[in-house]
Amino acid sequence: MALTFIYPEYEVIRNSERCITCRVCERQCANEAHEFLAGIDKMVCDDSKCVNCHRCVSLCPTHALKITKSGNTYKQNSNWGGKYIDEIYKQAESGGVLLSGMGNPENYPVYFDKILLNASQVTNPPIDPLREPMETKISLGAKPQNIKRDKDGKLINNLPPRLSLSMPLMFSAMSYGSISYNAHECLARAAKELGILYNTGEGGLHNDFYQYGDNTIVQVASGRFGVHPDYLNTGAAIEIKMGQGAKPGIGGHLPGAKIVGDISRTRMIPEGSDAISPAPHHDIYSIEDLRQLVYSLKEVTNYQKPVIVKIAAVHNVTAIASGIARSGADIIAIDGFRGGTGAAPTRIRDHVGIPIELALASVDQRLREEGIRENVSIVVGGSIRQSADIVKAIALGADCVYIATAALMALGCHLCRSCYTGKCNWGIATQMPELKKRLNPDIGYQRLVNLINAWRHEIKEMMGGMGINSIESLKGNRLMLRGIGLNEKELSILGIRHAGE
Amino acid sequence: MQKEGEIRIPSGCAISGILNKTGKRISGEAIIKSIAVMHDRSNGLGGGFAAYGIYPEYKNFYALHIFYDSSHVRKECEDFLERHFDIINLSKIPTRKIKEITDEPLIWRYFVTPLPTKLAESQLDESEFTVKCVFRVNTRIDGAYVFSSGKNMGVFKAVGFPEDVGRFYRLDEYEGFCFTAHGRYPTNTPGWWGGAHPFALLDYSVVHNGEISSYDANRRAIEMYGYKCTLQTDTEVITYIIDYLNRKKGLTFPEIAIVTAAPFWQTIKRMDKESQEIHEYLRTMFSAQLITGPFSIIVGFDGGIMALNDRLKLRSLVIGEKDDFVYIASEEAAIRIVEPELTKVFAPKGGEPIIYTVNETSERSGN
Amino acid sequence: MKRVYVNEKWCLGCRLCEYYCAFQETKESDMARALKGIKINPRINIEEKNGISFAVSCRHCEDALCVKGCITGALSKKEEVILIDKERCVSCYTCILSCPYGAISPSQDGAIKKCELCTDSASGIPACVKGCPNNAIVFEERLG
Repeated sequence: MALTFIYPEYEVIRNSERCITCRVCERQCANEAHEFLAGIDKMVCDDSKCVNCHRCVSLCPTHALKITKSGNTYKQNSNWGGKYIDEIYKQAESGGVLLSGMGNPENYPVYFDKILLNASQVTNPPIDPLREPMETKISLGAKPQNIKRDKDGKLINNLPPRLSLSMPLMFSAMSYGSISYNAHECLARAAKELGILYNTGEGGLHNDFYQYGDNTIVQVASGRFGVHPDYLNTGAAIEIKMGQGAKPGIGGHLPGAKIVGDISRTRMIPEGSDAISPAPHHDIYSIEDLRQLVYSLKEVTNYQKPVIVKIAAVHNVTAIASGIARSGADIIAIDGFRGGTGAAPTRIRDHVGIPIELALASVDQRLREEGIRENVSIVVGGSIRQSADIVKAIALGADCVYIATAALMALGCHLCRSCYTGKCNWGIATQMPELKKRLNPDIGYQRLVNLINAWRHEIKEMMGGMGINSIESLKGNRLMLRGIGLNEKELSILGIRHAGE
Repeated sequence: MQKEGEIRIPSGCAISGILNKTGKRISGEAIIKSIAVMHDRSNGLGGGFAAYGIYPEYKNFYALHIFYDSSHVRKECEDFLERHFDIINLSKIPTRKIKEITDEPLIWRYFVTPLPTKLAESQLDESEFTVKCVFRVNTRIDGAYVFSSGKNMGVFKAVGFPEDVGRFYRLDEYEGFCFTAHGRYPTNTPGWWGGAHPFALLDYSVVHNGEISSYDANRRAIEMYGYKCTLQTDTEVITYIIDYLNRKKGLTFPEIAIVTAAPFWQTIKRMDKESQEIHEYLRTMFSAQLITGPFSIIVGFDGGIMALNDRLKLRSLVIGEKDDFVYIASEEAAIRIVEPELTKVFAPKGGEPIIYTVNETSERSGN
Repeated sequence: MKRVYVNEKWCLGCRLCEYYCAFQETKESDMARALKGIKINPRINIEEKNGISFAVSCRHCEDALCVKGCITGALSKKEEVILIDKERCVSCYTCILSCPYGAISPSQDGAIKKCELCTDSASGIPACVKGCPNNAIVFEERLG
């Protein structure tokens, strides 16, 4: 179509005073936005091709580049914002469902930002993590109702298999295929070094990564790609993915173009065939079906692996979680509506689901009211952005958090939200050999380790300030939280008081 | 201004305890003397005592001590008690009018045993049935508050300095083999008598000095198991944790210490394999009952006493021994005033439980 | 002895090494001012073909042909680094002809130039190594 109604959203601004025409921008842009005009010895740029990934900005040795929002505006209209107008033009042109990458960017309340933490003053002392032990170690899984003793009165360890982590954080599911081999290697190596776990997502487990099995959660999702007994027995835990925060009620689709080589082998599907994960598991249409899958997986693994059931935070999440807690699952993972994704229909991503803070608070409270909170552990994800979010999530009642977007950002992701194009300039969400190699795992894994260690230090500082020296004593400790600018209903759902109260 | 229970009030405190290991009963005079020395550790906004072995003639009955706001409430509460218990004896708790203690509520004592029909109907054991009834009174009958519910023991508490509270309750006229005492220094309080300490449930009583940082984690966990933290005090939740772990889960007191004042993982790692396994198991199984932040507590229970400090030892706690007597207090001076010639004085380490029990052959265990 | 090693697996062919090398040579503090409008002639060069790329610079050979062939003794080996004495160089280009790696090139100042591992830099780390965004050029000690 000759006519495109949309003006580029971003402009690449080049400071010609600083540009030395080294052409690194041109070489590094997979979207071919930059071009060198040899005749006039000048770099030019096609803004319409720019996805604002900042690869060129980051690599430009003279800082000659920056990207700004284009100044082009439609006539001011509070109802018809520019985004909606553009989307209509796009759909009128393509006739297709709008696709987006990464999490919901819309202006919904972020409750973590409206919660403040406590600190000790006078009546009890803050604890200095540099001087005193500060424990972040956690354990996830089910617990039996009662203790058992042998005939001599000695305690018998009757705990089912559990996961032990050095801190309450794991890397959440991202499949090999949706992200690159190198990205997986970074996650696996970092998880091992940090004493935490990463998650295969629904893409199977590459042979090279079986060595990281003790730090791996293997996922079983609706497409069942890459699932076989060895895979299940290699991981430290098995996750049944029922839903994902970015696209509750929606399956997944990895285009055949990405199903090449190792990816096809790892997923156990022919090269070039689309990998379609259905919206439901076609053997799970109800909670009792879920229970059967939980126990099937436990049978395969001889009851040696905890089973996680991951759901998206939707309106009746409390009832669903309560059902899962009674289904034999050891851990419930809840993914909030801001959770990331490689690709989701824009409308689903931006309009379905609820914030993780509210979902977590209600689920934790509901399971306590039913007296079954200790039967399961709760892991939450869906936009944990920094260490204070983790502290707040634990204090609201989570056992552990899942991060993925933040982890990818440590690897270079600049949230351009174009993952679904497969042309990730940072070598993360791509399978193109020349792009993949941009993520050197030696660098990437170290950056992940750095990020998580930095967060660990910050968590310890915050805990110490509250006079808490073990993460167990933070769990569900909502008195350590106060709301700011929240209404009565929000406070009551979160189970916290307002600041000043 | 919000009443105790509607708001969480941090307190500093003094605690003291005396136990005779042979079960010999002594007058309450000594414990008053001991706690009086630490006058400056309280501010007159709460004091109290737990006394064990004081009701030998009623030792098989639950002794309920109840505060009432009015005689109207008393009537309502007594109706409830009559529907659930056989009341063997009831009376006002004798007090002495002194100018330091004012605004006293009606203070009554009942020796009761659950009605067999009600008990059978409830499918609970005797103690759980009693606990349920105590919670019923405390949460449903506005103006009535059961502050003591053990057998052959009783709690006496009020708003005031502890030594005045002791005189008010005529504690010197009771004889017991074990006493604990508490002087309270709340940072703010409307001064409700029920908010004074010790806090007790069945035979368990706790006096506590500190402010635990794990409070809400502990509270929300214990409330899952039928407990109601109506006072929002540390002492209340600690008492429930001890009741839960000991009576309901069957942990021993040393095991309770491993749970509540757990050694650090780095310490556990250095232990021999067997203790390592036990510690890991207990910390994992009862992670929600770990208590952090400063505390020193004296737990009274059927037949003994346990002194315990938080894992970092952020509060003072001293123990002295002489012959059959054991003394525990926030300050050594509070022990020396009662027994200047101690054979042994020591401060327990953080998280190290010091437990003394009364010999089973003693005069206490006559039943 | 630490050397510059290249790893073609991680080379992106972005050529930043060339520019950082050229910038280092100017001793300027600002790259834009130093290299604006200049056609660079770096001591490290990217070789690229069929999607494979890697950087080439002086390997500081053990048995260095350039040192052997130098007619004035301008090239010498000190502590395993081959250095050029510009005062002695007469630009005969024997070294350029004899280097099997093409790591030596003519320069503007009447002498040849080659990688001297940034021996005169403050950090002690060669500029190409510091500037490589993907650890494709490393400065390390390797056995054997």
